Amino acid sequence: MQPEDGQTVTSEASHAEARRVLQKLLGAERLGVLSTHHAGAPYASLVAFVASDDLKRILFATPRATRKFANIEADPRVAMLIDNARTLPLDFEDAAAATATGQAVELTDDERAEAAERFARVHPHLRDFVESPSTALLCVEVASYYIVRRFQHVTELHLE
Amino acid sequence: MILIPLAEITDDVRGQVGGKAWSLATMARAGLTVPDAAVVPASQYRRYVAETGVEQRISLELSRKRFEDMRWEEMWDAALRIRNMFASTALPPAMRDELLAAIEERFGDAATVVRSSALAEDAAGTSFAGLHESYVNVHGPDAIAEHVRLVWASLWSDAALLYRRELGLDPEESAMAVVIQRIVTGERSGVAFSRSPEEPDRGMIESVWGLNQGLVDGTVEPDRWEIDRETREVISHTPAERLEAVMPTDSGVDLRPLEEERRSSPPLRQDEVPAVHEMSRRAEAIFGAPQDTEWTFSGADLHTLQSRPITTGRSSDDDGSPYSRSWYLSLRRSFDNLQALRGKIEGEEIPAMVADAGRLAAIDLSAIGDAELADEIERRATVLERWHDVYWEDFIPFAHGARLFGQVYNDAVRPEDAYEFIDLLAAGTRKPMVSMQRNRLLEEMATLVRERGLADALAAGEEPPEDLRAMLEEYSERYSDPSGPRRDPARILDLVVQMARRERSERERPDAEALEQQFLAQFEGEERERAEALLDLGRASYRLRDDDNIYLGRVEAEVTRAIEEARGRIGRDLPGDLSAEDAARALRDPDFRPQAQGEAEDAAPQDAPGMRAQERQLVGQPAGAGLARGPARVIRNADELYDFQSGEVLVVDSLDPTMTFVVPLAAGIVERRGGMLIHGAIIAREYGIACVTGVPEAAELIRTGDEITVDGYLGIVTISKPRAAE
Repeated sequence: MQPEDGQTVTSEASHAEARRVLQKLLGAERLGVLSTHHAGAPYASLVAFVASDDLKRILFATPRATRKFANIEADPRVAMLIDNARTLPLDFEDAAAATATGQAVELTDDERAEAAERFARVHPHLRDFVESPSTALLCVEVASYYIVRRFQHVTELHLE
Repeated sequence: MILIPLAEITDDVRGQVGGKAWSLATMARAGLTVPDAAVVPASQYRRYVAETGVEQRISLELSRKRFEDMRWEEMWDAALRIRNMFASTALPPAMRDELLAAIEERFGDAATVVRSSALAEDAAGTSFAGLHESYVNVHGPDAIAEHVRLVWASLWSDAALLYRRELGLDPEESAMAVVIQRIVTGERSGVAFSRSPEEPDRGMIESVWGLNQGLVDGTVEPDRWEIDRETREVISHTPAERLEAVMPTDSGVDLRPLEEERRSSPPLRQDEVPAVHEMSRRAEAIFGAPQDTEWTFSGADLHTLQSRPITTGRSSDDDGSPYSRSWYLSLRRSFDNLQALRGKIEGEEIPAMVADAGRLAAIDLSAIGDAELADEIERRATVLERWHDVYWEDFIPFAHGARLFGQVYNDAVRPEDAYEFIDLLAAGTRKPMVSMQRNRLLEEMATLVRERGLADALAAGEEPPEDLRAMLEEYSERYSDPSGPRRDPARILDLVVQMARRERSERERPDAEALEQQFLAQFEGEERERAEALLDLGRASYRLRDDDNIYLGRVEAEVTRAIEEARGRIGRDLPGDLSAEDAARALRDPDFRPQAQGEAEDAAPQDAPGMRAQERQLVGQPAGAGLARGPARVIRNADELYDFQSGEVLVVDSLDPTMTFVVPLAAGIVERRGGMLIHGAIIAREYGIACVTGVPEAAELIRTGDEITVDGYLGIVTISKPRAAE
């Protein structure tokens, strides 16, 4: 591909940029939209999250009595949208979004304490929430990211 | 700058140092003698709450419910939790290093006063006098830094929250500066009004031996002088009965008996009075308005400790003293006041109430004529009304004893759980609460039924064995609820059978001995004695909060008994909720037809056309740890309690101790009334049952039969499955 201004856009440069955008989104954003379903009917919820450094896991928490938790118990397949849009749309140059798909898995008792601490460092005001025994800590084990930049430019990133 | 010395307070930092620091700096510039001081500016408060996340935690805490809708008890609970956030959240390391170094450099190991300097005082033109904490005789950088946090926390005290609510100030806009002031150990101290609030042509001075605290918080009575503003001559001197003085100790201050020779002489000599008045007039000239100054004499030197404009609020109380506070400040009842209240309640009021109930119970109502019965009903209603007044005037304020203990416990121990102190109060209650005694009797019966395998037979209608019958009899005798177990022992038996089928007992209590030792170990010498006395007071307060309703319930039951007697005689169509007044009138006037007082039927919520709203998740306060799920049973009157099925969630507007006997059957408790020291919360904690309180409209939004989840850790109630539409 040879744009008119003479710069070469290789797919490698594009992938690297996609990874940078993803890293930035997961590091800077605090809230994402989690999608679950119940008997085929989709359901979306706003959740606070923390991503692992290798981007393979996205940690979030929910009270056990919620619909999203019941949905996940029935079917762990989820998607999560993380974006930098605000009420006023950004310049489309800067707008970016990533959709992660994968399986939501509840952390074991052994994993909980450390994960709660990591979560509370990013969301200090949610410390009581995340440390409550009635709160489930889950992580999305990400299979794929779909990274959207410049309005319609989409890069897929599949994790092995 | 993390610490701004008084001399460096200029116009450009005025907004950061608060009213108190600004006035000290102004007075120092004008040549008055003020103690050496420095200010931790409000920007540091903001830095701390932002970096630690305390800011958002406060927002979350206060957003549980509209500020305007919070009851005082709920505000106290919120204040307690917020205070604990400050107490248990350390300064960020970099900030701590900076602050300790600055304090070390300026104050070394000198004794200081650490006090608030609130910004809102300027913004609202109002005086927060006395609402925020001051800590006297604090020394060493570590201790000072620690107390800076506690002063910050006092921005969120219950009294401060109430005050802000009245003034409409936004708590989230609030920040606070803290003044650290080198202590001047005055031998004589006081306050001076440059212009008396009552007599505009006079000045006024009040003075005590020792430090000012005793005067300001009202525990030490001051000598009082009035001065003619024109001639500067003393018009009157009202001596005090000088018995005590607040004196510095190694780690704070203490109220001590005054030495003999000082008892007979006023703290100010005749010639010193005009000098103090002159100082207050200089302050008035500096600030351009009449001033209320605090001062102390150290040797022959007169130091001005602080100055603020005289606000009308201070003199508005009815006993005429400028130091009597508005009602919300009286919430800070001192230990001594509470002790006196305890003596009155335990020594006079409770025994009198029990005696009243006993006297009423002894009267054979069936033996008196209709006219006498009408009189008797009215008499009983009057007796009940009197006890209701006592309940509001003395019993409820006495609950503050448990709260006071909680605050001291949390400051001393810094527990993770801000309500750990309740375990200590409950476990140490040597005299078991009356409601627990009753529950134990029910449990004994249940155990008997369970052990002999009688449940099925009794449920099928078989007669109870002799010993069980005797216990049922005893229960009816001892606990004569207005809900009428005496009239229907079969329902008690139903309850016992249900209890027998469900294994539940009080939870394993935390090691009270260890908690007590942990608390007392924080104190030494005289302070330890005081801590023990406070614990004892807290326990009495905790216990009474439950017992008083039971005793009141006995008087109520006697009113009901007389009304029921009347009902039997009147024989006309009568509403179910016959009032005492109507019952008496109907006995005297055969033509009188009482109307139902009528609780309004629940109006179904109106939905917009094409929409149906359904509450899914309700937010209250976590009041009993645990997670429970079950069908809801909404209780609107005590009689409905006997429909309660094991495993249901008890949903109630306000759980009364006379209702708590079904608690052992409940999977969880949801209550509209909020607070950690209300009966529902206390009893849920005793049994380890999930409990959420302070859920607005709980008994309206939740319907009997709804499948609900009670999250007692987070204070959330989820309606998982509404009952199918009828």
